[in-house]
Amino acid sequence: MAEFWSIYLLPGIIILAQILAIVVPLLLAVAMLTYFERKIMAAMQLRMGPNVVGPFGLLQAFADGAKLFFKETVLPTSANKIVFLIAPMLTFCLSLVAWAVIPFDDGMVVSDINVGILYLFAISSLGVYGIVMAGWASNSKYPFLSALRSAAQMVSYEVSIGFVIITVLLCVGSLNVSDVVRAQAEGVWFFIPLFPMFIIFFISALAETNRHPFDLPEAEAELVAGYQVEYSSMTFALFFLGEYANMILMSGLTAILFLGGWLPPFDIAPFNWIPGPIWFFLKISVLLFVFVWVRATLPRYRYDQLMRLGWKVFLPFSLFWVALTAGVLVAFDLVPQT
Amino acid sequence: MGFIRNSARSLLLWEIVEGMALTFSYMFRKRVTINYPYEKGPISPRFRGEHALRRYPNGEERCIACKLCEAICPAQAITIEAEPRDDGSRRTTRYDIDMTKCIYCGYCEEACPVDAIVEGPNFEFATESREELFYDKTKLLANGERWEREIAANIAADAPYR
Repeated sequence: MAEFWSIYLLPGIIILAQILAIVVPLLLAVAMLTYFERKIMAAMQLRMGPNVVGPFGLLQAFADGAKLFFKETVLPTSANKIVFLIAPMLTFCLSLVAWAVIPFDDGMVVSDINVGILYLFAISSLGVYGIVMAGWASNSKYPFLSALRSAAQMVSYEVSIGFVIITVLLCVGSLNVSDVVRAQAEGVWFFIPLFPMFIIFFISALAETNRHPFDLPEAEAELVAGYQVEYSSMTFALFFLGEYANMILMSGLTAILFLGGWLPPFDIAPFNWIPGPIWFFLKISVLLFVFVWVRATLPRYRYDQLMRLGWKVFLPFSLFWVALTAGVLVAFDLVPQT
Repeated sequence: MGFIRNSARSLLLWEIVEGMALTFSYMFRKRVTINYPYEKGPISPRFRGEHALRRYPNGEERCIACKLCEAICPAQAITIEAEPRDDGSRRTTRYDIDMTKCIYCGYCEEACPVDAIVEGPNFEFATESREELFYDKTKLLANGERWEREIAANIAADAPYR
């Protein structure tokens, strides 16, 4: 019995506790993100934003959540019921699963695997399946068009994201996510030497999370709400949560790859008193602010412009930069030894 | 030279940076919206809101059942029936306004020779059912009592321009 406890039960409980310690704050962060998005957009458009529910409207997200929870889940008669219901769950789960390899501080990570970056890349690419399944299973024209657009968009921008990640990996010499941050502790943060890559990664992250100005899958002027048209109540809420959790994930990934993850900006007295997770949180917050800022500023791209940007600008540019980085590293004998 | 400048501008995302700077500066400007249910914008004395039937200060109804408002109403929202009262004066026995038909043109107010039917400053009279918007005489007189102070002030403020 003692053996059963120490081998199976205890590690299981510890892992469960770790997962809860990530997922609960993450969902709270999603709730706050929706609130701050509305507040920031309102400020930029000279409006008030939500300010009635709770102090400064801080509880607005929870009121919306409660409303969605008590609404009716509508199942369209022509929909493929099983796939229709699996799609939002898939989107939501995938947006949470990726957090397993995100380090919040040195050693503060659920699973410190050596292919962390690859895992993150794979999970973020899988995210499109939720949308494709939703679009197909709804058996309705707008979701279907939205799914087609989303699939094409994700494929296009994943290519440049892949090349950007390769450039970073060339400078790190490891696929372990924590090692990426440790490599930045020794030198400068990668956004300085790889600044164009940082911008490309961020813009591709906007496209990857279907955010403005690349939100063609849910372009309300053309596709009503895209793949979410037939969804209501909790199924819709899961899509919504998944989408925003994905935004936070992509911001976290940008922070890790280019902004030195949990590291303080200067390793001197007042900065390194503040613990790593707080720095990480601050960096994510700044990036999320930019996500919202971009949404408040830019109009939506036309579909051909989106494709042109992905294939004819970002792809050649990032490919060139991979070659350039590799060339510089070899020429000046800077290739990381691990 | 122009080619280089244009390429540099598009490569450095110059226009996007400019646009972003503009929205960022707007973040710190004064809000143009008001906190509606708690704050309200100013309303002109001529504002044409919810109808009210007024009384004289001694409590007598102003309406003399001339039916000019009923006649002029372009939406035909007003229905009036009248007969002489015991003391021989002519009064309405029925004065209905269908608020779902009313277009708030203010002609009834203009036509009224005794300032009896007026459109007050109230614009928050949404109801949960359609039936509640079929106003009868009691409701209109009650409105008159409720809004008399504002209505009288508005009429006084607008009088020099009539």
